[in-house]
Amino acid sequence: MCLGIPGQIVEIADAETLMGVVDVSGVRRKVNLACVVGEGGPDGLVGEWVLVHVGFAMSRIDPAEAAETLRALEQLGEAMEEIEKIRAAEEMLGEAAP
Amino acid sequence: MKYADEFRDPVKAKAVLAAIERAVAETGATPQEPLRVMEICGGHTHAIFRYGLDKLTPAAIEFVHGPGCPVCVLPMTRVDECLEIAERPEVIFTTFGDAMRVPGTRGSLMQAKARGADIRMVYSPLDALELARRIPEREVVFFGLGFETTMPSTALTVQQAAREGRTNFSLFCNHILVPPPIRALLDDPDMRLDGFVGPGHVSMVIGTAPYDFIARDYGKPLVVAGFEPLDLLQSVLMVVRQIAEGRAEVENQYARVVPSGGNPAALAAVEAVFEPRDAFEWRGLGEIDKSGVRMREAYAAFDAEAKFGVGYGAARRNSRDADLPELAGCRCGEVVKGMVKPWACPKFGTACTPETPLGALMVSSEGACAAYHLYAGVRARAVDAESERAVS
Ligand code: SF4
Repeated sequence: MCLGIPGQIVEIADAETLMGVVDVSGVRRKVNLACVVGEGGPDGLVGEWVLVHVGFAMSRIDPAEAAETLRALEQLGEAMEEIEKIRAAEEMLGEAAP
Repeated sequence: MKYADEFRDPVKAKAVLAAIERAVAETGATPQEPLRVMEICGGHTHAIFRYGLDKLTPAAIEFVHGPGCPVCVLPMTRVDECLEIAERPEVIFTTFGDAMRVPGTRGSLMQAKARGADIRMVYSPLDALELARRIPEREVVFFGLGFETTMPSTALTVQQAAREGRTNFSLFCNHILVPPPIRALLDDPDMRLDGFVGPGHVSMVIGTAPYDFIARDYGKPLVVAGFEPLDLLQSVLMVVRQIAEGRAEVENQYARVVPSGGNPAALAAVEAVFEPRDAFEWRGLGEIDKSGVRMREAYAAFDAEAKFGVGYGAARRNSRDADLPELAGCRCGEVVKGMVKPWACPKFGTACTPETPLGALMVSSEGACAAYHLYAGVRARAVDAESERAVS
């Protein structure tokens, strides 16, 4: 549960609530950026790699670290599982009437 | 070396293994009297078995599997309380998938869902909040569990719900902390531990200072570790070196992700929303002082315990007479403490398998029993049978 997965921030969705969009192995997901913003505000974060835990970016990592972490997660069978969870949650929410 | 291609740097891995061997020899440890090194985190347990690190490292090191798997230490009463909340008609109960199959005395959330309770798996507490926005006429409860790594996510979600003035969202808070059970294990006269491999992502949030007491008060080394195989080997080397040199310090092998001060924004959110409980029950370990958190008064409107009257204290009172012994014949308690290996349990691999878990340790891939079953069950049994033959 503590492993998380690396993703790249591709967009700031809402600067006020500190929500951004990350790309996790090709799957896009809204994440909260509160734990990684720092002084500069969220805008400078686009393009950065982060470790994502249950929908929250928890730590900035460099791209090489992200690639190695992803590789390790794939070997542990955790990468697919995590992406599956993200997909399933989107589906569940999609079925809930807005 | 069979697993060579799986290491980030196989040449380095080989060198580290050789260094471990030399350092272990310096400590005077033997396969009969091994160094007992506890990896606290369930993710590390999983990685150790996945890569066979227990077999690559010298027999004079024994890995003792720690309590760092949140679903494994969840007491049955808390699962029962989840069911109690989830079975209310107005409630949509949301949870991480990991918790679905953890058995309580009335079965698991999975079974409750099959009986008709509205229980939904989410990836993030944010999904639960989103569900509450989309279905305002229902009460959405999020089952918050996990260690310091997941606490900031639920704290920030609750703060967001408060900012929005949501009235149909609450958190059933079951968060637990890593350091208190380590202290409890060190205080246990039946446990002998020589050093620790500390959790990586928990430390990313809390930093390294919360472990200082382990070195200072108990004279044991702890090395915060990443979860790649080379990280684990390097951390083991750092632990063994400390033992060989008579040092006991908190060291950080995973500095590329873990700042020594932790994550200030995450810690601030946690501090604002949660406060320590006097004590919290851990499956297999019993009640441990200040080992869990509850929600602060300021967030009582988002506290499922208050909202549904299913408090930690209340449920314990209700179930006193049925004071829950472990399932007959199971040895989950001893396994969770690291006192016996999973294959010492008579149910292991027979009545208890990942498909039909009796104990929580068999549910998650981070649980020692599931890890043994997946990667080491057959091997451990063969070794066991061999050593029994050698004795007789
Ligand atoms: S094999 Fe099953 S019953 Fe036995 S200790 Fe492990 S989880 Fe508990």
